[in-house]
Amino acid sequence: MSRTTSFKLVLLGESAVGKSSLVLRFVRNEFSDFRINHRVSIGFAGAAFLTQTVNLDDNTAVKFEIWDTAGQERYKSLAPIYFRNSNAAVIVYDITQPPETSFEKAKTWVRELQRQADPGIVIMLVGNKLDLSASRKTSTELGKQFADEEGLLFAEASAKSGEGVEGLFMEIARKLPANPPPTRTPASRQGVRVEGQAEETPSACNC
Amino acid sequence: MDEEYDVSANVAWTSLSHTPVATTTSPPMASSATHSILHTSHLALIWMIADPHLQGTGLTECILSGLLSVDGQKVLHMDRNDYYGGASASLNLTQVSNSGLASLVARRTAVVFEKEVRRRQERGGGDWDQPWTGRSYSATGEDYAVDLIPKFILASGELTRMLVHTDVTRYLEFKQIAGSYVYRDGRISKVPSTEMEAVRSPLMGLFEKRRARNFFMFLQSWREDDPATHQGLDVNTCLMKDVYAKFGLEPGTQDFVGHAMALWLDDDYKTKPARPTIDRIILYTQSMARYGKSPYIYPLYGLGELPQAFARLSAIYGGTYMLDKKIESVNVDPETGKFTGVTSAGETVRAKKVIGDPSYFGAGKELEEGGGKMRVVETGKVVRAICILKHPIPGTDDADSAQIIIPQNQVGRKNDIYIAAVSSAHNVAAQNVWIAMVSTIVETSVPEREILPGLQLLGSVLDKFVSITPLYAPTAPGSDDHVYITKTYDATSHFETVVEDVFDVWHRVKGEPLVLKKREVQVEA
Repeated sequence: MSRTTSFKLVLLGESAVGKSSLVLRFVRNEFSDFRINHRVSIGFAGAAFLTQTVNLDDNTAVKFEIWDTAGQERYKSLAPIYFRNSNAAVIVYDITQPPETSFEKAKTWVRELQRQADPGIVIMLVGNKLDLSASRKTSTELGKQFADEEGLLFAEASAKSGEGVEGLFMEIARKLPANPPPTRTPASRQGVRVEGQAEETPSACNC
Repeated sequence: MDEEYDVSANVAWTSLSHTPVATTTSPPMASSATHSILHTSHLALIWMIADPHLQGTGLTECILSGLLSVDGQKVLHMDRNDYYGGASASLNLTQVSNSGLASLVARRTAVVFEKEVRRRQERGGGDWDQPWTGRSYSATGEDYAVDLIPKFILASGELTRMLVHTDVTRYLEFKQIAGSYVYRDGRISKVPSTEMEAVRSPLMGLFEKRRARNFFMFLQSWREDDPATHQGLDVNTCLMKDVYAKFGLEPGTQDFVGHAMALWLDDDYKTKPARPTIDRIILYTQSMARYGKSPYIYPLYGLGELPQAFARLSAIYGGTYMLDKKIESVNVDPETGKFTGVTSAGETVRAKKVIGDPSYFGAGKELEEGGGKMRVVETGKVVRAICILKHPIPGTDDADSAQIIIPQNQVGRKNDIYIAAVSSAHNVAAQNVWIAMVSTIVETSVPEREILPGLQLLGSVLDKFVSITPLYAPTAPGSDDHVYITKTYDATSHFETVVEDVFDVWHRVKGEPLVLKKREVQVEA
């Protein structure tokens, strides 16, 4: 019997480093250079989260609920609710930028997660835009070293070419605990179920 | 690999009928208590909407920006605080004390909390050590989410409907409030909500139980379209006191029916048509029937989760959020008086319309010399005491949470006193700590004394933080100047008036009523 466990995965990183593009490559195997309102163009608009399931072996599957920042990483407006109950985080930076920009920002997100998230959270640091490695400005060693120091998983990938994308999610899946953690899937909610119940209860009054 | 596109996009809005809930206010107070620890002249949040709209992040404003974003409006939402929720936030120590721009309420709370913690650390030992020092309180304070307003969600009420229709429930987890109690003749008892419970309730004597039973049976069988169930009463015209008279209910029974079930804050409803009162009792009993323990539900981690969840709804529909943005000025065209934009940190954002809470539009400030416009008016004051307990509220069967209503007549007041208690069961406090908020509408010059009957029900109080909060309402609908102002969160124990304000502001901003359509129900083949 195959068993599927759901995990909440949050995306973090500076704007325009390719967070949403990585996920779209992973979930739909698509990529778009077009970026006006990127979340609308790549299909995150109106989506609370995207899901994708990977099979670890014949018996075990991991279902990711992937949460996009919805642009709230800008202007210091990412709410605590975003981090709540997250099991994994993918922190993205752009290797074609000098380290003091998006890589530095990635480091601050690591600190933020260490402060706000569950101590057991699996963190994957990703250097994106590997297809543009000719114009690389942040070295692989720098990323690797920081990841080692902080105990993070590390990968470089390209949302555009697809290189390394599936692998990095597989690596996270392997690292996640085998036992279902508390997530927000309806079955494991601690409290009352509210969804859909408003429709079920006939209303005897005008309220 | 399966792929699922999880959308709240098939939210299509259908009709949501809407029961108006009256707001009650007392006359403005001449003076406030000098010994109050928190003086909350700047209640809470900024929410502004524009086209691009601007907003702040209190619950009212976040619901509006969520709905407007789904509606396709371009929304820019700003807040002077570095956290979501303004007056409807739940705060922990760290967040509060790190925030240079925290509202006056929050800042003073933080200062007081910090001082207390330091004092207790210096003194050392004793009862204060746990949970007040160390990890759970002074070190990070992360275990605490103290609501700034005490409100619970009626399980069948408007906010629940709004949460379900917008799919915002996916970001939240809810738990029941464990009990609903009412004070009568010096003690508290569970509020009966069915004829069966009425029969068992210690609130009434034998004969009164029969009468109450008849009254509840009348309510349970009442159907709008079946005159045979109306027992000759036209609820649209007859007064509520006449309904009471028909069933012969005693004044004490009327107190719990009108205040603990219909949730009126004062007795004005008795001399008004019975319809809204009956609607509200039915709402209460329906809410009660839904999960069983009480009519209320509450989000884990505190009420501050609600504005965040609606803000996320807005953001995934393209809304832009900016926290920690001090608003220097709200700009109007000198010729037409119409709103043109706001200035923050020297930058001016232009927008057609703005929505915001009263604190962004001069609440609590003197009118500047030589001009300006009086945009908000004080309608009353609420006194609230946040009390920290190390035990459940006596008489509640060790409930992890409760609401207790003290009807005004029972303690010789004009307005009810409310107690709302939550605990670690809701992830808002350290283990074995209860947070109880006692509140009422201010009637005298010594507000803190007015909540004494409530405080006395709590047993020993470990710590107490009292605030006096003026309530503000806009002076104009905003149609002339395109400045749309929300109301301060009132003294009611639930969110019905908040949602009413959302409907009202939407109507003012859009010029048409807000119609929530039912979501497409997905039928499996």
